[in-house]
Amino acid sequence: MLNALAYDSWVLHALIWLPLLGMVHVLWAAEDRAKELALRWSLLVFVLSVGLWWAYDPALGGAYQLTSSRPWIAVWGVNYALGLDGISLFMVMLTTFTTPLAILGSFDYIKKRQKPFYALMLLLEVGVVGVFAATDLFLFYVFFELTLVPMYFIIGIWGGERRIYAAIKFFLYTAVGSLLMLVGILYIYARGKTLLGVASFAFADLLQIPLTPGEQMWLFGAFALAFAIKVPIFPFHTWLPDAHVEAPTAGSVVLAAVLLKMGTYGFVRFLLPFFPVAAQHPSVVTLMLTLGVVGIIYASWVAAVQPDAKKLVAYSSVAHMGFVIIGIFALNLNGLQGGLLVMISHGISTGALFLLVGMLYERRHTRLIADFGGIARVAPWLTTAFVITALTSIGLPGTSGFVGEFLVLLGTFELHQGMAIFATAGVIFAAYYMLPMIQSVFLNALDKPENQAVHDLSRREIAILAPMIALMIVIGVHPTPLLRRMEPSVQMVLERVHAAAPPSAALIEFSEEEEEGTDASDAWDEILDRITSGAGRAE
Amino acid sequence: MQAAGLGESTAAWEPVLPWLIILLPLLGFAINGALALSAARKSADAVRAGGEFDFFENGRPRTHSLPTWVGPGVMLLAFLLTLVNFAGMLGADLHEPVVLSYWSWISTGELEVAAAIQLDQLSMIMMLIITGVGLLIHVFSVGYMRDDPGYPRYFAYLNLFIFFMLVLVMGASYPIMFIGWEGVGLCSYLLIGFWFSDEAKASAGKKAFIVNRIGDLGFLLAIFLLYLVFQRVDFVGIFGDAESVFEYGGSVITWVTLFLLMAATGKSAQIPLYVWLPDAMAGPTPVSALIHAATMVTAGVYLVARSSVLFALAPLSSAMVAGIGVLTALFAATIALKQNDIKKVLAYSTISQLGYMFLGVGVGAYTAGIFHLMTHAFFKALLFLGAGAVIHSMHHALHHTKKDWDAQDMRNMGGLKAYMPYTWITMWLATVAIAGIWPFAGFFSKDGIIWMTGAMAGAEQAPYAGLYTVYWILALATAMLTAFYMTRLMVMTFHGENRTGSREAEHLHEAPRIMWIPLAVLAVLSVFGGWINVSTDLRESILGGFGLLPMGEWLHGWLEPVTEAAHLIQETNLGEIAHAAPIFGGGEWVWGLISFVAASAVVLATLRLLGSRKVTVAVDDAEPTGLARFLYNKWYVDEFYHRWVVDPILTTSRVLWRVVDTTIIDGTVHLVGNGTRALGWVVSLFQTGQVNTYAFILTVGVLVILSMVAF
Repeated sequence: MLNALAYDSWVLHALIWLPLLGMVHVLWAAEDRAKELALRWSLLVFVLSVGLWWAYDPALGGAYQLTSSRPWIAVWGVNYALGLDGISLFMVMLTTFTTPLAILGSFDYIKKRQKPFYALMLLLEVGVVGVFAATDLFLFYVFFELTLVPMYFIIGIWGGERRIYAAIKFFLYTAVGSLLMLVGILYIYARGKTLLGVASFAFADLLQIPLTPGEQMWLFGAFALAFAIKVPIFPFHTWLPDAHVEAPTAGSVVLAAVLLKMGTYGFVRFLLPFFPVAAQHPSVVTLMLTLGVVGIIYASWVAAVQPDAKKLVAYSSVAHMGFVIIGIFALNLNGLQGGLLVMISHGISTGALFLLVGMLYERRHTRLIADFGGIARVAPWLTTAFVITALTSIGLPGTSGFVGEFLVLLGTFELHQGMAIFATAGVIFAAYYMLPMIQSVFLNALDKPENQAVHDLSRREIAILAPMIALMIVIGVHPTPLLRRMEPSVQMVLERVHAAAPPSAALIEFSEEEEEGTDASDAWDEILDRITSGAGRAE
Repeated sequence: MQAAGLGESTAAWEPVLPWLIILLPLLGFAINGALALSAARKSADAVRAGGEFDFFENGRPRTHSLPTWVGPGVMLLAFLLTLVNFAGMLGADLHEPVVLSYWSWISTGELEVAAAIQLDQLSMIMMLIITGVGLLIHVFSVGYMRDDPGYPRYFAYLNLFIFFMLVLVMGASYPIMFIGWEGVGLCSYLLIGFWFSDEAKASAGKKAFIVNRIGDLGFLLAIFLLYLVFQRVDFVGIFGDAESVFEYGGSVITWVTLFLLMAATGKSAQIPLYVWLPDAMAGPTPVSALIHAATMVTAGVYLVARSSVLFALAPLSSAMVAGIGVLTALFAATIALKQNDIKKVLAYSTISQLGYMFLGVGVGAYTAGIFHLMTHAFFKALLFLGAGAVIHSMHHALHHTKKDWDAQDMRNMGGLKAYMPYTWITMWLATVAIAGIWPFAGFFSKDGIIWMTGAMAGAEQAPYAGLYTVYWILALATAMLTAFYMTRLMVMTFHGENRTGSREAEHLHEAPRIMWIPLAVLAVLSVFGGWINVSTDLRESILGGFGLLPMGEWLHGWLEPVTEAAHLIQETNLGEIAHAAPIFGGGEWVWGLISFVAASAVVLATLRLLGSRKVTVAVDDAEPTGLARFLYNKWYVDEFYHRWVVDPILTTSRVLWRVVDTTIIDGTVHLVGNGTRALGWVVSLFQTGQVNTYAFILTVGVLVILSMVAF
């Protein structure tokens, strides 16, 4: 039936443009209808995206499917090109799944200026889906930057007391990273023009460029910094706790569930296949694994002493992202597959944790762990939902959290046993920060009168949490269909990495970088030419 | 997995609905869980309104009828189904495990973890214990938890525990076993903290979970290392190739087994990870019987027995298993000497007995280890349930007069045999069983372990022979301590004068029938359960009535298909195993007789000594001094861990947060943000309030560019 509707040909466009249409609709409508409209539009988008599960056929190999491309800025060789592979498929679905839930979770939370809020939420969805669906580097960058704007406002306008500080920190951190990436993008583009004679931003074209190992190292650095901040990887993580704590619930949910994934997605999509020599350089691998492992342990320990429940969850995010990073730089199938699965699972479970903390906040107007106690007696369903989600977060077998971490650690162990042992210790420390919070908030005596009035989950809240919890269990019990869909694309990435020159040879060429200075400066001239002539044309 | 299609077996024997055995408790969990959620909701409404939910209607608890049928009901069905399969397996001459694969759990590239179960003689014994003893404890709980508002929730957790425990023993690969492994840990956490409003109880649950996770680290690392070597993780595949892949005593196999040992010490509460188990007594007493005595804590022993081929190839690791076991046995027994809480005595006793099981599987006596696991499940479950009946009765008595004494402190008991005769008799049977008195169950199983330890010391090419001699002596000594502390428990609880108070004593009563019937069944098993594995040497001696005991080495023969590979490895590498004691010589029955006589002497002496001694009730009792104080305070191990592990980590965590995160990293960020000219303009934009304009322009710009596509 999907075929009869030519679903393949329009669905990705619809997923990007429908939320934009929804945004206009929301802005057009009356203030009190905004939330409902936003929910409907995002649900429509979600329903349409469900078909992707079947539309994407892993049997056809790991290359992009559902592709479409048309010239956008022809003179620069920019195309409006979309496509989906096993890696981006679940990122898109995660986005469309999370957005309506985040919107539904804001119904009581957002009281002032509802129209712009819900409009921005839909705009955010446009950006994120675009990031994952783009197959043109320029288009990717546009979407990547686009996500920054709504998030900045969501934190800055609807956030908590220190929202301005948090918003600026968020903006500065990420803007610095993406500027560096922009420089990198332009450089690659120019090299492509010189070496291949093609002016194109299409991934497929850029992958053909024979970059020298030296160039790869520098470009890897520029891209890696941008994505490392986004992920965030220790020590670039300090924007995240502030952003999370100040953001309204919906902002935190989308931030944790999908915005962070743009960073790890960037690692898989660009850093590995575009700069394979750099990515497998022993020092790079060691550095990334170390940062990942340090991130896991460091963030877990810091999480354990947070007085604010939301900050605790934020630090737990950093720890989870550490798992993703080591999975990616294990540079093998288990590690990478596991990393992607952790991304999915973390999106669901941490998203749910932020929603739950938000629900507690709506009831008590505090997030300080010490202000709670004995909540299980007055809100048993909320407690149950929280405990299941927390157990998923700490990777209990049978939940989605386990499968990803297991594969990541297995993959890491194949590459580097010492690192893997330290990373595996992370499973202890996850319990070490999560269980004390559960105890202090939900267990112990119900000894504060304010807590006595806390009410249990409403129907709306059940409707939000039920699908998330169901997914945690379903993926935990039967993750194989997901793994099968991701595998061919992951294999392609790995083949590309392993086909590249062995790192030992790369080292030699890296030292010859001086001689290639001429090439590099040519490239810069090219870029400057492009920019000036392009600007001239625009005027 | 070599099994054919989905859910099809390859062997001649067809198991009867084996998946249903696992699924039944899960179903029970689903139903009881739903009931619990709905009851909790009502209770929450009442609490919010400032009162308590009234669970009683005409004197009968209103939330109880369905959980009472569902909880024990699914257990009964699961037990019956297990019996049917057991009968089938008895009839079949099964030499290979039956592996049934249902779906592909984790499959990517080379890695294939099937959701598969494995039925063989070892998993069958475990299933019988879990569903059988589990059923009895479910029935007992109906009486014990009758007045508890959390009744449906209790049965939901208990059913869920059985589900995970069955997954643990029936799983056909290490990862599947790990699901059960962590799942039972979760249930243990939930049940220890069952009365979660009490901070101490909630903390005990948390401690159990975290300490267990330390062991789980070892489990995961073992899986990873095995995968690295074999590219697979299922039992059949690994054990089949282990001998050809690993060099005897090589470093890789030693690491694998040490990682497994680490996992086992966590779950089975051995040194150094035993500290969670005494605290776990905070849970309802039937939970202590089921989880913290009969089943979950024996998972480590099962793990070693299941991996017998691997441990047989690693003599160093095996020696460590045995060493940790015997040290734990001795150490925990010394602590048990001085505890006054009836459940604490039993908790340390359990740790000590688990140590014996480790000693057994460590010296390669896998059958003896599993045998002791089984008999221990009988008499220790009985002891805990008996203690539960005592506490239940004490609690009622103290409650009547609102006396705030500790219902679990044996100093407040005394003379209970007059009030609770059935409990008294059954607990005595369990006591003589655990003390190693012939011909009760514990005598045969403990004797098997001690004897094999001595035999190892005399093996022809045994490494560490001297070490095993020490183990053997320590194991014998611990048996005497066991006889002492158990008799002390019985004397303080049941004998002498009653110390509860005259008004309170009027309300002391025997447990209701639903509680003492399980006790009686377990008592029968504690008496006769040891007869299923009597070594030939014993059987033909006076201790076997010169061949009168009916079953001989039945269990040994039954488990042979599972353990034979390990035994062959041992024989090849260790040579002939001695059949005389390491010192003074003498055969098995001689030393059996000696330990029986010695244990009886200890029991009788203790009875005499303590029976006439006056016990002071808890509130008036003086603090112990000297060695007694050291033992009473459990060698100060908890304090040591706090001082040197927990507190340093917490302090470091605070430093990392305050210094590294806030001062160093954020300090740098602020410095860069404020100082750099390149970024200065961005900051100024924000600071002058123009950011709205800026962002608006950016948004519009992006939208315009995007919409250019349309043209």
